[in-house]
Amino acid sequence: MSSDTSIAAAPAASAAPARTERAVVPHSRQYHAWLAARRREKLQIVAAQIGLVVAFLVVWEVAPRMHWVNPMLTSYPSAIWQAFVQMVRGGELGNHIVVTLVEVVVSFLLAMVLGTAVAILLWMSPRLERVLDPFLVVLNALPKIALVPIFYIWLGAEGSIYAVAVAVALFITILMLYTGFRQSDPNKIKLARTFGATRRQILAKVVLPSNVHTFIATLKANAGLSLVGVIVGEFQASKAGLGYLIVYGSQIFRMDMVMAAIVILGLMSLAIYALIQWAEFRITRPAKRGG
Amino acid sequence: MTTPKIEFRDVGLRYFTPKGETQALADISFTVAQGEFVSIVGQSGCGKSTLLSLLAGLIRPTDGEVLIDGVPVTGPSPQVGFMLQQDSLFEWRTIAENCVLGPEIRGDDRFEARVRAEGLLKRYGLGDFLDSKPSELSGGMRQRAALARTMCLRPDVLLLDEPFSALDFQTRLSIADEIGGIIRNEGKTAILVTHDIPEAIAMADRVIVLSRRPGRIKSIHPIAFPSHGDRRPGSFAARDAVEFPSYFKTVWEELEVHVE
Ligand SMILES: Nc1ncnc2c1ncn2[C@@H]1O[C@H](COP(=O)(O)OP(=O)(O)O)[C@@H](O)[C@H]1O
Ligand SMILES: [Mg+2]
Repeated sequence: MSSDTSIAAAPAASAAPARTERAVVPHSRQYHAWLAARRREKLQIVAAQIGLVVAFLVVWEVAPRMHWVNPMLTSYPSAIWQAFVQMVRGGELGNHIVVTLVEVVVSFLLAMVLGTAVAILLWMSPRLERVLDPFLVVLNALPKIALVPIFYIWLGAEGSIYAVAVAVALFITILMLYTGFRQSDPNKIKLARTFGATRRQILAKVVLPSNVHTFIATLKANAGLSLVGVIVGEFQASKAGLGYLIVYGSQIFRMDMVMAAIVILGLMSLAIYALIQWAEFRITRPAKRGG
Repeated sequence: MTTPKIEFRDVGLRYFTPKGETQALADISFTVAQGEFVSIVGQSGCGKSTLLSLLAGLIRPTDGEVLIDGVPVTGPSPQVGFMLQQDSLFEWRTIAENCVLGPEIRGDDRFEARVRAEGLLKRYGLGDFLDSKPSELSGGMRQRAALARTMCLRPDVLLLDEPFSALDFQTRLSIADEIGGIIRNEGKTAILVTHDIPEAIAMADRVIVLSRRPGRIKSIHPIAFPSHGDRRPGSFAARDAVEFPSYFKTVWEELEVHVE
């Protein structure tokens, strides 16, 4: 169960006895007690979390039914569940999810690829960076949502969704990556230079490999931002997608539909986050040794 | 007359920054013979690292000339190996992969470089750690791995910029002894920069004292240990030699003069 504890002896150490002097002590009674206490604490925390969710759902269900609050405004979990089932039966929900998901993934990838390319270009050419710096700062500070009407006029309904999502994620990608590149260890760069490395070699051998964690942090930030951009784009104009469902539901005053869409949105961002977490684990996990 | 391995001819170096000019080095002239080990001491900020950067071809002198084998230095060359204060091992590479960084950047044959790297690491007592990550090594082992990385390009001039200063005192003594021995055995020409006077004396054939900024050569002290016969003692033994205290006193006083 608790494979995440650092207590477990590293398997690498057993391969080469001389490597570490981490003493293997037979587990004492106190140690077992300590482990048990830890497990208990963990269980208690999970129980509290589940309790919190249940309590929230119960209050949400009971309050509108008892007319403490207006059910038209808040809806309630069982109604949301019914709306959900109904939409699944009607077959339209799957379509809305897929539409939004495709938009998110495509704009996420676009922002990542474009942003990485620009960040590399800026690092390769410090002069270009100095020229572009003020513009990047302004573009990053500008609320991209203000551009939605313009994108809509220029690119139409479909195109404007991608444009907003990319715009929201792109500049932060550039700035995060470039800042990470700039902070690469100057000693490692000097070392590479003593070997006669060109700027391109310094990029490939020092800057990029030492910024894997920056890249992952950027991935995480970007996933959330692309989702925001896509939903905002769908608000403006769309015929499908979870953003559309939210706007449509609120227009016909179907709070259950709106809430169902929001819950799915929450689950979707959770799934994306988990995916990135998994990717991070795969990338940063120490490579298995041959032999 | 044979050409010296290294020659500084009236070298001066000024750094230009928006705030103004910094004269880091002035009127530096000296030569180092093939196979000689020279230590350079001076207070921090007197231009010691600058002097090595000039030799490594990382910066050009603003005055004068720096020559290796009688040829002006124009850029980094595989002939010159540089050991920095930090071992700067890449934590995402194994020790052996770190070791072949130089050949990799130079575009040398990868297989040959790998064989050479493994040979060096084994000689330096790191044979069991070829596939380890740097974080699994102790400070002294890391510094030996850094030496192997430097040696992998087969330089004949070695520049050492306070390479032991990040180590604890005991490791520092033994690693200095070990690395000093390796460099001598392989007949490399070496320049060691340090502000540790005993270390400077124990390892070198000559000690050059630099003045405060702008760094000028204040004095040069040949080091010899006749009490040990013809063979020069290792840096460990040198510290116990009867001649040692007087060298220490001389160099100490040379540096001391500058303290206000
Ligand atoms: N890149 C640089 N730009 C401007 N000044 C520098 C630079 N590098 C070093 N200096 C200055 O030159 C002087 C000598 O530096 P350095 O060679 O690093 O001294 P040391 O290694 O003896 O401590 C210092 O005063 C330092 O501030
Ligand atoms: Mg220095």
